[in-house]
Amino acid sequence: MAGPLGKDLLGLAPLSAEQIRLVLDTAIPFREISERAIKKVPTLRGATIVNLFFEASTRTRISFEFAEKRLSADTVNVAAAQSSVSKGETLVDTARNLEAMKIDMVVIRHPASGAAQFLAERIESNVINAGDGTNEHPTQGLLDLMTLRDKFGELAGRKICIVGDVLHSRVARSNIWGLTKLGADVAVCGPRSLLPNAIEEMGVTVFNRIEEAIEWADALNVLRLQLERMQAGYIPSLREYNRVFGVTSARLDKAPRDIVILHPGPMNRGVEIDSDVADGPHSVILDQVTNGVAVRMAALYLLAGGKPELAEAAKKGAP
Amino acid sequence: MTKKPSTVLDPRGIDRTLRRMADQIVELNNGTDNLVIVGIQRRGVQLADRIVRIIKANEGVDVVSGALDITLYRDDLQTVGPRPVVGATTLPWTLDDQKVVIIDDVLYTGRTVRAALDELADFGRPARIALAVLIDRGGRELPIHADIIGRTVEVAPGHRVDVLVEELDGRDEVVITAKDED
Repeated sequence: MAGPLGKDLLGLAPLSAEQIRLVLDTAIPFREISERAIKKVPTLRGATIVNLFFEASTRTRISFEFAEKRLSADTVNVAAAQSSVSKGETLVDTARNLEAMKIDMVVIRHPASGAAQFLAERIESNVINAGDGTNEHPTQGLLDLMTLRDKFGELAGRKICIVGDVLHSRVARSNIWGLTKLGADVAVCGPRSLLPNAIEEMGVTVFNRIEEAIEWADALNVLRLQLERMQAGYIPSLREYNRVFGVTSARLDKAPRDIVILHPGPMNRGVEIDSDVADGPHSVILDQVTNGVAVRMAALYLLAGGKPELAEAAKKGAP
Repeated sequence: MTKKPSTVLDPRGIDRTLRRMADQIVELNNGTDNLVIVGIQRRGVQLADRIVRIIKANEGVDVVSGALDITLYRDDLQTVGPRPVVGATTLPWTLDDQKVVIIDDVLYTGRTVRAALDELADFGRPARIALAVLIDRGGRELPIHADIIGRTVEVAPGHRVDVLVEELDGRDEVVITAKDED
């Protein structure tokens, strides 16, 4: 049965602002569950969820696993290296075989953009995209939105700048979709070689100097510089990247206002962000991790649910 | 098609009923020591707040209170589905050895109360748990009975009982909406 989000959560691009707000609002009471002595509710008891990870990931997989277990679901982790994929099995065959074992949901991380949608169109189970290539990472986008909303209240009119390797970042895309839908002003900042062509068409401002971004922004979402980009010739050196685009306390000290600092992790300290910023008073990086579990619980709950309007009516006695 | 709603309790009737229930709660628990009043979201919370105020006025003591949202403990996620936004659960840091009284607006199938009992068990081990409801409409599907009942009404299955409270609905009233037979 499709809930208020539909059958799958594939990205923030297909969601309405109202659906995004619904996930964020629902995540607030879920965060409270993680603070209880018994961090568990029986909501998804009996549901089986497969975490199908074709790419290395520690924090996203663990965050999903915590979310699933706190909702009492049964979970199975499948890593591509240990699965029949290494013997040549296709994605669809893997998923269909799992589905034949009567699973209810699949959380998929895959290096190919569009893999989550490809899967969702071919299996009955609910599919959650945990990152597909350079396309989207919707739950990361949602947890960033939740963290920013905690800080600012409503996001309309707030200025958020995404800094770094936007070209290869699915986090950046989910952020841009989510933030713009909630009315925030979004900018990107990074070396021209790491910004997509025609990025302005997504409705964002482009800064080529980090100093300009810092002067403009209420918050910076600092992306991880993937070190293989250096070998591929996108940037001359890590040292130079840090010198030109690094988010340092010296630069933040010149900002006209206190800037909230986000980072999806894992961080390269001393490259895209300095330690005293990452651990400083304006960093909400650990709040992002906490919110990640809550947002994923909310997404799982809303995908599993049925017709919301009937729950209250049932209590009153309506048929 | 539904017929015109009929009023079971007006504002004065609700107030009078809550005052009687507050007295019964104090009597049932031999006073207010270790007493915790917990309202079930949503309208049970407003009724619980009023009962706490009545006890404060009568007994001169502040009774510990809390709110319970049972949405995540329902047993019908697949068939009935979730409310889109889950309400807050706020309880004292421990319920161990406390005398808890659950307050709800309407007692019907008993499934809400079952879910509330499950949730309370995750917060500790109370000395006892009692149930007080403003309206008992019958139609139980589980072996659950209220200790304190404001008003018992006979309501056919499919008919609605709505408890309206000033804080959320702009007026105090309990109404039954009957379903047309044809």
